[in-house]
Amino acid sequence: MTRRQARRPKQVRTLSGIDRLTVVLMVAVPTLVVVGLVWGPALATVLLSFTDWNGIGNLADINMIGWENYQNATTNYPPFGPAVQHNVIWLVVFFFGPTLLGMVLAVMLDREIRGSRVYQSIFFMPVVLSLALVGFIWQLIYSRDQGLLNTVLGTDTDWFGDPDINLWAVLVAAGWRHTGYIMLLYLAGLKAVDPALREAAAVDGAGEVRTFLRVIWPVMRPVNIVILVITVIESLRAFDIAWVINKGRNGLELISTLVTQNVIGEASRVGFGSALATIMIAFSTVFIVIYLVQVMRERR
Amino acid sequence: MTTVHTRGRPVRPARVVLRVFLTVMALGWLFPIAWAVYNSLRDFDYTSVNGYFSFGGFTFDNYLEAWTRGNFGQTFYNTAVIVIPSVLITLLLASSVGFVLARFSFPFNLTLLALFTAANLLPQQALLVPLFRLFLNVELPYEVSDSGSLYDTYVAVIAVNIAFQTGFCTFVLSNYMKTLPKELTEAALVDGAGVLRQYWQVVLPLCRPALAALATLQITWVYNDFFWAVAFMRTGDKLPVTSSLQNLRGQFFTDYNLLSAGSVIVAIPTLVIFFLLQRHLRAGLTLGATKG
Repeated sequence: MTRRQARRPKQVRTLSGIDRLTVVLMVAVPTLVVVGLVWGPALATVLLSFTDWNGIGNLADINMIGWENYQNATTNYPPFGPAVQHNVIWLVVFFFGPTLLGMVLAVMLDREIRGSRVYQSIFFMPVVLSLALVGFIWQLIYSRDQGLLNTVLGTDTDWFGDPDINLWAVLVAAGWRHTGYIMLLYLAGLKAVDPALREAAAVDGAGEVRTFLRVIWPVMRPVNIVILVITVIESLRAFDIAWVINKGRNGLELISTLVTQNVIGEASRVGFGSALATIMIAFSTVFIVIYLVQVMRERR
Repeated sequence: MTTVHTRGRPVRPARVVLRVFLTVMALGWLFPIAWAVYNSLRDFDYTSVNGYFSFGGFTFDNYLEAWTRGNFGQTFYNTAVIVIPSVLITLLLASSVGFVLARFSFPFNLTLLALFTAANLLPQQALLVPLFRLFLNVELPYEVSDSGSLYDTYVAVIAVNIAFQTGFCTFVLSNYMKTLPKELTEAALVDGAGVLRQYWQVVLPLCRPALAALATLQITWVYNDFFWAVAFMRTGDKLPVTSSLQNLRGQFFTDYNLLSAGSVIVAIPTLVIFFLLQRHLRAGLTLGATKG
C-alpha cells in the first residue's frame, strides 16, 4: 500500500521547479505551434465562411452573412457541381482501383515467393515521387503530339487536356502512386498477424481463400479502417497533379483547386473560399474521428 | 539441392499464374519511370525524325540544358533551405511533446495526442485562407522581407511545414517511447537526472531507429510538398524544386526529351533515398499507420 503510493505519483510530485517548467515548455511550445498554425486557422476558416470579408480592409468591416456563401457556392457557382462530382469519382475509383489492388498485391506478396522483396520495392517506388512530378512523368505518355499512348493506339487524343477524359487519365497516374502505399500498409498489417492463426486454419483444412476471408480479414480490421480513412483523405486532398496540369480547370475541377483559385488568385474571395474549405473540413472531420477512435483504442 | 526439391514438388498452375501476373504488373509499374529515363537520354532531333518509339540518338545534353533552363541550381538550394530546418525542428518539437505524453500520465494526455495526430490529417486548403491573410498582414521591415510581410518568405513555408508535420511525428514518437522500459527513466531519476537530461540523454538516443525512420520520411515529404510554397510564395526564384514544377511547364513542354530529363532530375533525390534508405521509409510509414 505504502509502496504503491510512493511509486505512482512520484513522477509528477517529485518534479522540481525547473523540471516542472521544462515539462510545461516541452508541451506548450509544440502545442502553440500546432494550435496556432493548424487548429486556429481551421477554426478561423469556419468562422470566415459565414462572413462577406473580401480580404481587404479592417476586420471591423466584416459582416456576418449567415449561409449566403454556401448558397452561392451550391447554386451560383458553376464549377462547384463538377468539383464535388470529381472528388466523389476520385474516391470511388481510388477505393475500387488502387486501394483494392494494393491490398491484393500485399496478400500475394505476403507469402513465400521468390523475389517478393523486389516486387515490393517496384510497387513502392512511385510512392516517393510527388504527385506534381507524377503529373510530369505521365505527360510523356499522355501528350497528344509526342506521347506514347497515341503512338501505340494510333489515336489523336489529348489525354490530360480533353475535359471528358482527363480526370480518368489523372486517376490512372495518381493510382499508380497510391497502390504501392496501400500495399505497404497492408503488408505491415499482414506481417503482424499471428502465424498460429494461419496454422490453425490450415490444420482445419481451410483453403487459402477461406483462410483469408474467415481468419485473416477479421483480424485485419484496424488496418482496414486506417486504409479506408487514408484513401478518403487522400482523395479529398488531391490537388497537386490537377494544379500542375491546368490549375484545376477544364475537367479537373476539385474542391481543393476551387478553394485555392478563390484565395490566392486576383479575385480574393475570402468568405466564399472559406465556405468551400469548410465543406472539406466537415467531410474530413468525420473520417479523422473514425481514425482517432481506432488508433487511440489500439494505444491502450 | 533446391532444384531437386522444387522438381520433386508438382508445379501448381496457380503459382504460375501468380508469378506471371506479378511480373507483368511489376514491368508495367516500372515503365513510366523507365520511359522517362530512356527518352531523357536521347537527342530531340533524332526523336522528332524517328519518333519516340525508336532506338538511338543517345546523348546526355538534355540534362545539361534542363539543369540550366529549369534553374535547378537555385531551386535545389531553395529546397535545402526549407527542408533542413523543417525536418530538424519538427523532430525536436515532436519528440519533446511525445516524451511528455509517453512518460507522464497527465489527464489531458489522450486529448493532446488526438489534437496532434489529427492535425496532420486535415486538408491543407482548410488552413489556406487565414494563413494567407495572416502572413500578408504580419509586417516586416523591407530589409528582412522583400514583400514587407511574412508572405513570400521561407519562414512562412518552413513554419507551416513544421506545424503540419509535427502531429504525425508526435504520434509515432510517443508510441515508440511508450514501448521503452519504464525502468530506464526511473533509474535516471534515482541518479538525480532532471527531466531535460532524461529526455536528451536517456530517451532520445534510444529512439534513434524511430528518429531515423521519421527523418527519412519527412525529408521526402517536405521535399515533395507542392502546396505550401505555391500558396505562400510569389517570387519564382524562391520556389523549391517541387513547387517550381508549375512554372516549368512552359519551359519544357515543347521538348519532351527536356521534360524527361527535368522529371528525372527532380526524381533523383527521392529515388536515391528510396534505394539507400528504403528500410527507414517503410518503417516510418508503417509505424504511423499501424500499431507502433
